[in-house]
Amino acid sequence: MMGNLLEQMGVDRDRIHFSWISSAEATKFVDVVKEISDKVRALGPNKKFVKDYIK
Amino acid sequence: MDTCIEKIRAIGADLLAEGTVEKVIGFANGSIPMATRPVALTSEKDMDKLVFNSVCGLNLANYVSKNSLSKKEGKIAVVAKGCDARNLVTHIVENQISRDQIYIIGVPCTGMVDKRKIAALFEDEITGFEEDNDTLTVSSPSKTETVKKSDVLRHNCRVCTHRNPPVYDVMAGEPVEEQTLDQPYEDVDQIAAMDPDARWAYFEKLTENCIRCYACRNACPLCYCPTCFVDESGPQWVGKGQNETDVTTFHFLRAFHCAGRCTDCGACVEACPMGINVRDFTRKLNKDALELFGWEAGLDLDKRPPLDVYSPNDPNDFIK
Ligand code: SF4
Ligand code: SF4
Ligand code: SF4
Repeated sequence: MMGNLLEQMGVDRDRIHFSWISSAEATKFVDVVKEISDKVRALGPNKKFVKDYIK
Repeated sequence: MDTCIEKIRAIGADLLAEGTVEKVIGFANGSIPMATRPVALTSEKDMDKLVFNSVCGLNLANYVSKNSLSKKEGKIAVVAKGCDARNLVTHIVENQISRDQIYIIGVPCTGMVDKRKIAALFEDEITGFEEDNDTLTVSSPSKTETVKKSDVLRHNCRVCTHRNPPVYDVMAGEPVEEQTLDQPYEDVDQIAAMDPDARWAYFEKLTENCIRCYACRNACPLCYCPTCFVDESGPQWVGKGQNETDVTTFHFLRAFHCAGRCTDCGACVEACPMGINVRDFTRKLNKDALELFGWEAGLDLDKRPPLDVYSPNDPNDFIK
């Protein structure tokens, strides 16, 4: 529901990931992180929910 | 018009006279037309202060909790519309109060009016407000307008499907007919149909005038945390100024804290001095709660809220 609300607010779905990984599942961790990085890289830099400190 | 008020007063007076309850929480007239305020009355002589009309838009469940009932107080009677009663049920389910600490005077509800819509018909200040069933007569120094109540209902009341309190000790009137809607979440769907950037822009625009007064949070019966995340300073979860990102973070999290709990009572919107429809956030959660878990808050004392229990059937395809 949290992901859905963020999506409704206009955050790209591919930036929101949920996973359940045990400390024994190193390969799963690597796979998930890789998938997330690929998806997020494809979207480019995020401009939402970011504070612009340099004004 | 029969707004059940005579019955409410009589019930309240009896309860106080018998000593069944220590006080009665209800609505009284505010200091300007078209405004009511919550009151807690302890004497049956004061019952004529109680009113019930189409401008009782606050949620009285908000005035029993805030952890007040954990102190040893006597039983409290609450005048409750459909949504107030649902929030009282939510309080009970969330262990804020116990069922035997409150006496619910249920009022079948025909909806509350959108005061901003009415005010928009006038250029000057409203000085008079009368209602007779579906006919509202509103006047200002320059003119008098007659409007149909059904044309100026608040959006949440237009889409309300629980006008009769689901749980009560006594009803102050005959139940009103409940409506069924073909598209209960049309507003949510309209936003969902936009592309992500347009949705982001929509919510930025929606909250651009937010002054961070937190009236929306304070009016909401769900927000009873002793220290709200926005007020905490160690750690400070969110900036306190009017930076867009902080404002959006506040709205996102306030709404999410109401996930699976919000009754769409509209008190948050009613309270907002800037006319922001903060329900645009919570409505999405309500829709999901209904679609994913078949859940509407505050209908049943014996069911646990969806985000409170684990069920093997919970939707989990978003987890990798
Ligand atoms: S949301 Fe429903 S019960 Fe609540 S005031 Fe509106 S019509 Fe009445
Ligand atoms: S978030 Fe708004 S509509 Fe929902 S319960 Fe709170 S005050 Fe009512
Ligand atoms: S009541 Fe309105 S202005 Fe105040 S914090 Fe809530 S949304 Fe912002």
